[in-house]
Amino acid sequence: MNWSYVLDLLRISLHAMVPITLTAVGEIIGETAGLFNIGLEGILLIGAFVGALGAKAGGPVVGLLTGMGVGMAIGLVFSIISAYWKGTQMIAGIGINLFALGFVAFGLIKLGAPGFHAVPAEAQLLKLRTPMGALSPLILVALVVPFLAYWFLKRTRAGLILKAVGENPEAADVAGINVNLTRLLATTFGGALAGLAGAYMSVAWFGSVTKELSAGRGFIALATVVFSGLNPLLALVGGFIFGFFQSLATWIKTLPAKTIPWQFVDMLPYIVTLLVVSGVVGRVRFPKALGVPYKRE
Amino acid sequence: MTTTDVRPRGRWVRGVHRTLTGLHPALESVLAAVVGLLVGAVLMYIWGYDPWRAYWALLRGAFGGDYEIASSIARGVPLIFTALTFSICLRAGMFNIGAEGQMYIGAAAAVCVAYFQLPAGLHLFVGILFAAVAGAVWSLGPALLKLTRGVSEVISTIMFNWISRFLVFYLVAFVLVDPRQAQRTVRIPVSARFPILVQGTDLSYAVFMAVAFALLVYVVLWHTAVGYEVRAAGLTPTAARYGGISIKRTMLLSFALGGVAAGLAGAATTMGLPPTFAIISGLPELMNLGFDGMAVAMVGRNHPIGILFAALFFGGLNAGGRVMQFYGSNPVPLEMVRVVMGAIVLAMAIPELIRLFPALAEAGRGLARTIARRKPATEEGA
Repeated sequence: MNWSYVLDLLRISLHAMVPITLTAVGEIIGETAGLFNIGLEGILLIGAFVGALGAKAGGPVVGLLTGMGVGMAIGLVFSIISAYWKGTQMIAGIGINLFALGFVAFGLIKLGAPGFHAVPAEAQLLKLRTPMGALSPLILVALVVPFLAYWFLKRTRAGLILKAVGENPEAADVAGINVNLTRLLATTFGGALAGLAGAYMSVAWFGSVTKELSAGRGFIALATVVFSGLNPLLALVGGFIFGFFQSLATWIKTLPAKTIPWQFVDMLPYIVTLLVVSGVVGRVRFPKALGVPYKRE
Repeated sequence: MTTTDVRPRGRWVRGVHRTLTGLHPALESVLAAVVGLLVGAVLMYIWGYDPWRAYWALLRGAFGGDYEIASSIARGVPLIFTALTFSICLRAGMFNIGAEGQMYIGAAAAVCVAYFQLPAGLHLFVGILFAAVAGAVWSLGPALLKLTRGVSEVISTIMFNWISRFLVFYLVAFVLVDPRQAQRTVRIPVSARFPILVQGTDLSYAVFMAVAFALLVYVVLWHTAVGYEVRAAGLTPTAARYGGISIKRTMLLSFALGGVAAGLAGAATTMGLPPTFAIISGLPELMNLGFDGMAVAMVGRNHPIGILFAALFFGGLNAGGRVMQFYGSNPVPLEMVRVVMGAIVLAMAIPELIRLFPALAEAGRGLARTIARRKPATEEGA
C-alpha cells in the first residue's frame, strides 16, 4: 500500500465533500423552517452552468457569486410557490429538476459543444498549496459553514424562530412571527448555498460543465440531511462519508488493475447512500410541519 | 371563473355550469401548459431565437399532418406508462420518482427475448411479461426499504435510478451486446416486435397496450375494493388505517403496479418504437422518459384518462421538437422542450393557478401605488 494513494483519496474526498455538505446545510436550514426542497439537484446543475458563465465573464469569484445568486433566485421562486401560494413542494421541486435538465442541456448546445463546456483555466478558482497537495479554498468554507449554521440554529433567536415556524406555525403566527416570510428567507438561503455548491463544482473543482454534472448529488445531500437529523455538524460528517465513497469510486477506476467493471464501481456511492440512510432512519425526527403549507384559519 | 358564484337559472345554463365546473381541473392544466410555453418563449427570446417561428415549426411538426400526428402519438406511448407509475403511487400517497430506473430494467428484460425463439404473438407477449415483471421487481427495492426501514422513497428511488442506469450500461456493454455491433444490444426479433400500425411512421400497436393499461389502472383504482383502499390510504392514511386498511399492503401494491407500468414503458420503447429495436449504448432512446412522465402525470391531473391526453400533448412536444431543431436558419435545440416541461410542472405545483392572475395584477397595482407615493426612493422598487 502506497501512502500517496491514500493521501490522494483523502484529498479527492475533501473536494467531493464540499458540494454535498454545503447543499445539505442549506437544506437543513430550509427544512428546519418547514419547507422540503427536492429541487436541489436542479439548483446544483444550474448553479454550475451559470457559475461557469459568470467565471468566464468576470473571474472565479464572480462565478461563485453568480452561481450563488442563481441558486438564491431559484430558492426564492420555490419558496414563493410553496410558502405564499401553498403549492405542493414535491411537485415544485420536481419542476425545478426538470427545468434544470432542459435548461443546462440547452445552454450547453448554445455554447457550442453539446453536452460539455470547459471552464477556461484563468476562470477557475486557484487551489491552495498545502502539504496535502492542492486544495480548493472552498473546502475551508465547507468546514466552517456547518459550525456557523449550528451556532445560528441552536444559539440565536433567529434560529429559534426558524424552528418554531417549522414545528408549530400556528403558534409562531400567534407570537407575531411572519411564517411565510421566515420560510421564504430560510429556503432562499438554502438555495444560495446549493447554488454556491453548484458553481464550486464547475469553477473550483471539475473545471467543466456537463449535462450530468450534479450526478444525483442533490439527492445525496437530501440523504445527508436525513442522516444528520437536521444537525449541521452531522451534515459535515455525512458529507465527508458520501464524498469519500464517491472518491473511492473515482479512485478505484484509476487503479491499474481493472478487476471490477467500471459500471459497478460507479454504483458504489448510490448503494452506500441507500445503506446509510436505511441504517439511520427511524431514530430521526423531522419538524412537525415539514412539507405542509401554512394556511391561517 | 364567475360560474361558481353566479346561481344559474334554467336547465341549459345549469348544464353549462356543471360542465365548466367539471372541466375546471382540465382548464388549470391548459393554463399551466400556456404558462410553460410562455416561459419557454421568453427564454428563447432571451437566447436570441424567434419563439413564434419555433413554436410554429413545433406545432406543424407535432400535428401538421397524418405522419406528424402518428409520430406524436408514438412519442407519447412510453410517457403514458411512466406517467402512470408516478400517478398510481401519488394516489397512494407516495412520490415515486423511480420510473426512470424501472424503465431501464424493463427495457433490458425485454431485450432478453432475442435469445430464444417463439411463435410471433407469444414471443411478443413473453417480452411484455419479462419487462413488466422486471419493472415490478426493481420497484420492490424502494418499497421494501420504505416499509421496513422508513426510507423516504424520494431518496431511495433516485438512488435506484442511478444503480439501474449503471447496471443497464453494464448489461448493454457486456451481456446483451450484439457481437457484430458493439454500440448496441442484440436486436429484438421481428416475431417479438409490435407490428407497425401506420406504415412509414413510428406508430406501432404499442399504443393499444398503453391505452388498455391506462383503462385498466382506471378500473382498478376507481372500481375495485383494492383501488379504493389505495386511494383512501393516499388521501388520509390515519383514517384509512382506522378503517382497517393495511397501509403497507397498499404501498406495496401501488409500487408494484407502478413498476409494471414503468417496465412496460421500457418494453414499448424497445419493442414498439422503430427503427432500432435494441438498446443503444448510453440509452439515448430511454433517457429521461421516466422524468418526462412526471410532467405528463401532473398535467394529466394524475388521472389515467387525463394522462392519455397529456401524453398526446407531450408526445407532440417531443415529436414537434425534433422537427423544430432542424427548422430555419437558427433552429432551436430539442432541449427547449424539457425546459418548457419543467416550467409547466412548476406552474402545476401552484394550486388554483388562475387565482394568481387577479392577485398578481392587484399586487402590481399596489406596488405601483407605493412607488408613486414616494417618488425619490426609486431604488427600492428595483
